[in-house]
Order: sequence, then structure tokens, then C-alpha cells
Amino acid sequence: MLNTISFEAIKTAVQQWLNMHWGPHLAFIAECILIGLLVIVFFAVLGLLLVFMERKVSAVMQIRLGPNRVGPKGWLQTSADTLKLMLKEGLTPDGADKFLFNLAPFLIMIAAMLIMVPIAFARNFQIWDINIGVLYISSIASISVIAILMAGWSSNNKYALLGAMRSGAQIISYELSAGVAVITMVMLTQSLSIQDIILSQQNGWWIFKGHIPAIIAFIIFMIAATAETNRAPFDLAEAESELTAGFHTEYSGMKFALFFLAEYINVFIVCAVAAILFFGGWMPFHIGNWEGFNHIMDYIPSSIWFLGKTFCLIFLIMWFRWTFPRLRIDQLLNLEWKYLLPISLANLLLMTIIVVLKWYL
Amino acid sequence: MHQVLSSTPEGIFTINVGPQHPATHGVLHLVITLNGETILKIEPHLGYIHRSIEKMCESLTYRQFIYVTSRMDYLSAHINNHACALCVEKGLQVEVPMRAQYIRVIMDELTRLASHELWWGAMAMDVGAFTPFFYAFRERETINEIMEETCGARLTMNYMVPGGVMADIHPQFQQKVKQFIAGYKNKIAEYNELVTGNVIFQNRMKGVGYLSTEDAISYGCSGPVARASGVACDVRKRYPYDVYAQVQFDEIIETTGDSFARYLVRIREMEQSVRIIEQLIDNIPEGDYQAKTKAVLKLPKGEFYQRVETARGELGVYIVSEGGTTPYRIKFRSPGFSNLSALNEMAKGGKIGDLVATMGTLDLVIPDIDR
Repeated sequence: MLNTISFEAIKTAVQQWLNMHWGPHLAFIAECILIGLLVIVFFAVLGLLLVFMERKVSAVMQIRLGPNRVGPKGWLQTSADTLKLMLKEGLTPDGADKFLFNLAPFLIMIAAMLIMVPIAFARNFQIWDINIGVLYISSIASISVIAILMAGWSSNNKYALLGAMRSGAQIISYELSAGVAVITMVMLTQSLSIQDIILSQQNGWWIFKGHIPAIIAFIIFMIAATAETNRAPFDLAEAESELTAGFHTEYSGMKFALFFLAEYINVFIVCAVAAILFFGGWMPFHIGNWEGFNHIMDYIPSSIWFLGKTFCLIFLIMWFRWTFPRLRIDQLLNLEWKYLLPISLANLLLMTIIVVLKWYL
Repeated sequence: MHQVLSSTPEGIFTINVGPQHPATHGVLHLVITLNGETILKIEPHLGYIHRSIEKMCESLTYRQFIYVTSRMDYLSAHINNHACALCVEKGLQVEVPMRAQYIRVIMDELTRLASHELWWGAMAMDVGAFTPFFYAFRERETINEIMEETCGARLTMNYMVPGGVMADIHPQFQQKVKQFIAGYKNKIAEYNELVTGNVIFQNRMKGVGYLSTEDAISYGCSGPVARASGVACDVRKRYPYDVYAQVQFDEIIETTGDSFARYLVRIREMEQSVRIIEQLIDNIPEGDYQAKTKAVLKLPKGEFYQRVETARGELGVYIVSEGGTTPYRIKFRSPGFSNLSALNEMAKGGKIGDLVATMGTLDLVIPDIDR
């Protein structure tokens, strides 16, 4: 019963229906449009949900109630905020480079949308299983730094420029250790494809069967991911007590909202990647030979597994934000170049030894 | 083409921090000369919230002018009022009843706690941690409730009058304060756990914003800022007023002179304030809460000066009297002004992040600097 309403079944049904009624080319185009619409809708829902989640999580940590007036238990608060931002004037400062200034928020959104492509949301439910999936994600993720630099430079504002330069230095540095952490896991799976990575965790997630290097890689990946998404304690790019709002100081209305949304989408993406690499994506939790237990776990839909893991990790990142103070720029770069990068390189070596000696099964 | 960011060929440029900026906690305007992220020079610009309180006081009677001073350092309203009341009493040569003295000192220390609470929250916010702010306000709220019950106000209390306090304490006062104090000790431990022990926080604070003992003295710094640089300057200890001479408490002195020292001084001062209140709260003597004074106060011709220790440092009240019902001239020596003037010395050569961390430990209240 459950299998019939899974995402996989819906996907197959839609595909069959389209192919039955239209020609293969037309069906393909229709599918592309459908996927595009789905991604946009997903973004909107995800943005609203994550902003609401952040506000509620912060409220719990800060002994207050959080939004509770608009809609039942405040569920419509973020929708109301979005409406407000849409109605606001999108101001472009006089001295700004207008073309780049207006392009930057869209570029950051496009980069975030493109990363969605190889992510597997449920069993066999993926836009495109590229054989270089993980590499694709790391490379597209780097585009967002261009958008941030663009926003900071074109604003013609010193605060924005300082924020953008910080962000540039930070993202480029932390991409290294995030990349090395990903490579560490790719050593184990021996494939860059997301599908292969998930399937390789059928009888245990890598965080459990990958020994200590997998755990170290996970910690490093989470630190680097927090830094890459410009969130506290690494939110130097917008450090509101220092740079007012950093690179998006001059943005208002929906253009600001796009930056805001992109931050949350990026959080979702890095957590999804971490869930896929270390926690088996949509793969249910299995314990060795406990047939009964494994069977019950299989009954939970794969999409719930994926989203559950992802949201747990998102909660972790939100927890960081509401607990830690911010680092200083030189401390931030020291942490990466003096500690994380050497550790992750040594970790890679350790993992190589484990893989070569086949200790991981 | 539009002009992109003015800077010298060496890449030195200036930015304006404030008058509207999250880190300045008020309308302070800093003109900062930067080389990249490194600070070369800081110039504070004042005057955005100048209300000419000193001039205003000249046309108010000795009973009235005290109320204006609540608006100077609004976080130490009680202590400001206390200083003015003491100065007028000095001129009138009035003996303040013991009960009033006890109440005054307890109120002063509660104010100090509330002020340090707010500083602690704002300080953590400056270095990027939001949550402590709400924890600090939870405790501050209790203090404000106690104040409200006894003085009828939460921020500008106007409770101290020449000769004593305006009204007797609330019947529940002692019990509520004791209850608060009992719970408060755990809260300081919680603060230490949440912020003081945090590695990121310590890295942000240690070795940052160094102020040498010589500089602290020559800039006229006072309060926790000077005590963190090893200057023993606690007015409560050096020139005791009211019952401060009779209570046991330590003057907190650190010698490292960096932001972390200033942070520690304030945290430990909170413990000392608790200690002072504990000693006094059970022993409030019976008697009058106000000395008998004339309806219209007239200070004899002459000059009167009184200093007190506010949460920020040494506040001096200087009254010149011509013998009339209003002061001829009043001058307030505010602690924030001198402490701010040392900011350039502290933050020079640091990063922008250091500036914010240093400014946080100065505990600036702009209406106090700019009267």
C-alpha cells in the first residue's frame, strides 16, 4: 500500500501518462517544465518552512514564544513576511552598478536551484542522476560566492564590500576542507554518483561503518558547511554588529528576500548532502540481522527518512547559530588553514589506508 | 561610469560607524580609518543626543533637578539620583537616617546588577551570540519588577530625594529581594557556562583592546574599565558613602587590561553586589526613611562635590551654589565619556571585529556621555 503512493510511483505514473498521450519529445519538454515548476514551488515552501523553523528554534532556545499570532500557532507568519517583502520597493542605490546589482540576487538563487539536480529526495526520485553528482554539487556551490562578491562590489558601499571580501575569503577557504571531506567519503563509495553513494549504504550508514575517519569527515564537513552557508558562528559576511548587514546592506524588498531565501536553501542543500554522504540519504536505518526491526524501518517511506535526516542536521546548524559567538576574520581563516585542512588531509590519508586494506565492511 | 568607493592609493579608507549602527548601542558616531580590515584610527563624534541636562538643572530647584539625572545614565538611574541627593545633603548638612541609607545602597546594588545584566547580554550580542541577551533580560525583569513595586517605575526610578528616599519600601520588598538573590547565584554560574567558558568567546576577548595602567589613568578611565587595567578606583571602597563603609566586599581588580579582563571584572562585580545585598537585606533598621528637611531647599553659598560608583565608573556631581533655591552651575563628571576617549588607544591596530568586542566591554551608555 505504502509503495503505491511513494514519490517513485507518482513519478512513474506521470511519466507513463505523458508518454502515452504525447510524443516522447513533447513529453520530455513537459517533464522539464513540470520539474522546473516543482523546484520553484519546493523552494518557496522550503523557504517558508525553514524561516519558520529557525524562528521557533531560536524562540525555544531564547525562552520566548516566537511567532504565534498569524495563522494557527503562527504558521502563516513567514507567508505574511514574504507578502510584505514583495510589496516593498526594490531600491537600487544611485552609485550602484545597476546591472550587477540586480543580477546578483538572481544568480545566487540560480546557483541554489541548480544544486537541486542530483539530490535524491526519495527512493528513485531524483531529477538527474549525474555520474559526477558530488563533484557537480561542490562546483555549482562555488558559484554563490561570485554572486556575493558581485552584490558587495556593485552596491558601492564600504560595509557591503567588506562583507563580500570576507565572504569570498571564507567560502573559498572552507570549500577546500568541505571538498576533502567529500572526497574522503567518495574513497569509500568509489563513485561520485549520488545514487551509488546511497545504495552503498544499504547495510549500514557510512557514519557507522566508516570507522573514525568517517566521523572526523562528518564533523569537518558540518563545520565547513556552516561556514560555506555564511551562518553563525561563521556569519562574518553579514556580521550585523560589525557590518550592519554585510554584502546585502543595500538590498531591499524581494531582492533582499532572495538572498535571505538562498541562505536557507543552501542550508538545506548542505544538510541534504551530509545526509546523503554520511547517513545514507533515503536509506532506512537497519541493524545487522534484526529482520523484524529492519522490516518495520522499511515501512517508513524513503522520503520521510531523507527529510527527517536532513531536518535533524538543519536543526544542528540552527543550534550552532543560537549558541555560539562569532569568530573574527583572522581566527576564521586560521581555523581553516591551520587546523581543518591539515586534519582533513590526514583524515583522507587514513581513509585511503582503510579502503586499501578493506577494513570498512 | 560611477565612482567606486573613495580610497587613497594605499587603500586607506574611512567608514562611519553610527550614528545608526547596531554595535554602538545608541547614537554614537565613530569615524574609523581602515586599512582593509585593520583599524588605523578611531574618532568618536558626539552630540547626537545632547539635551543640555546641566543647563536645564540650573533652572530647577534642588528637589527637582535630581529627576532629570535619571535620564543621563538610564541604566544607573538610582545611582545618579543617589549622587545628586548626596551632594545636596552635603550642602544642607543633613544626617540621613540609617534606614534610608540601607535602602539606598540595596537599590544601588540592584541597579548595578540590572545594568551589568544588560551589559552582559549586549556584550554577547556584539560578539555574535544572540541567546544570552534573553537570559540576561529574564533576570533583569525580576529586578525591574522589584523596582516597580517599590519605586513605581522601572527605568527612571527617581526614588532618592535629598534626605533619604521618597517612600518606604514595599512590605514584600525584603522577601522578594532575598528570593531573587537566592536564585541569582546559579544564574551567574549559568552565564559563565554559556559565555565565559566558550572557546570562541575567549579567543575574541583575550589580548584584544589592551589598555595599559598608565593609559587608563591618563585618560581618566574609571569603573570596571580602569579596574581591569589594574587601577584601584572603586569609589565605594576608596571614598565610601552611606553604609558602604560598613559592608564587606572585594574590589575586583584584574591586571591584564584586555577585553576579557574587563569582562571578568563585571562578572565578578555582580557576585560582589549580591554579597553586599545579602549583608544588608536582613538588617534594614527600623526608623524614618527620610530626614526632616525644609519644603524649599537652599544650599549655602559655595561649591559641593560628591562622587559615587555607578555601574560604569565614577560619577561626579559638582554644584556651585550662590545661596539660592536653584544651583548656579552644575557639572556632571560622567564615567562613559572618559572611558570612550580611551577607545582609540584600545582598538588601534585591531580588526573591525575587535573594535566591536572592545566597545562592548566599555559598556557605553550614550546619553551618559552626551548629556
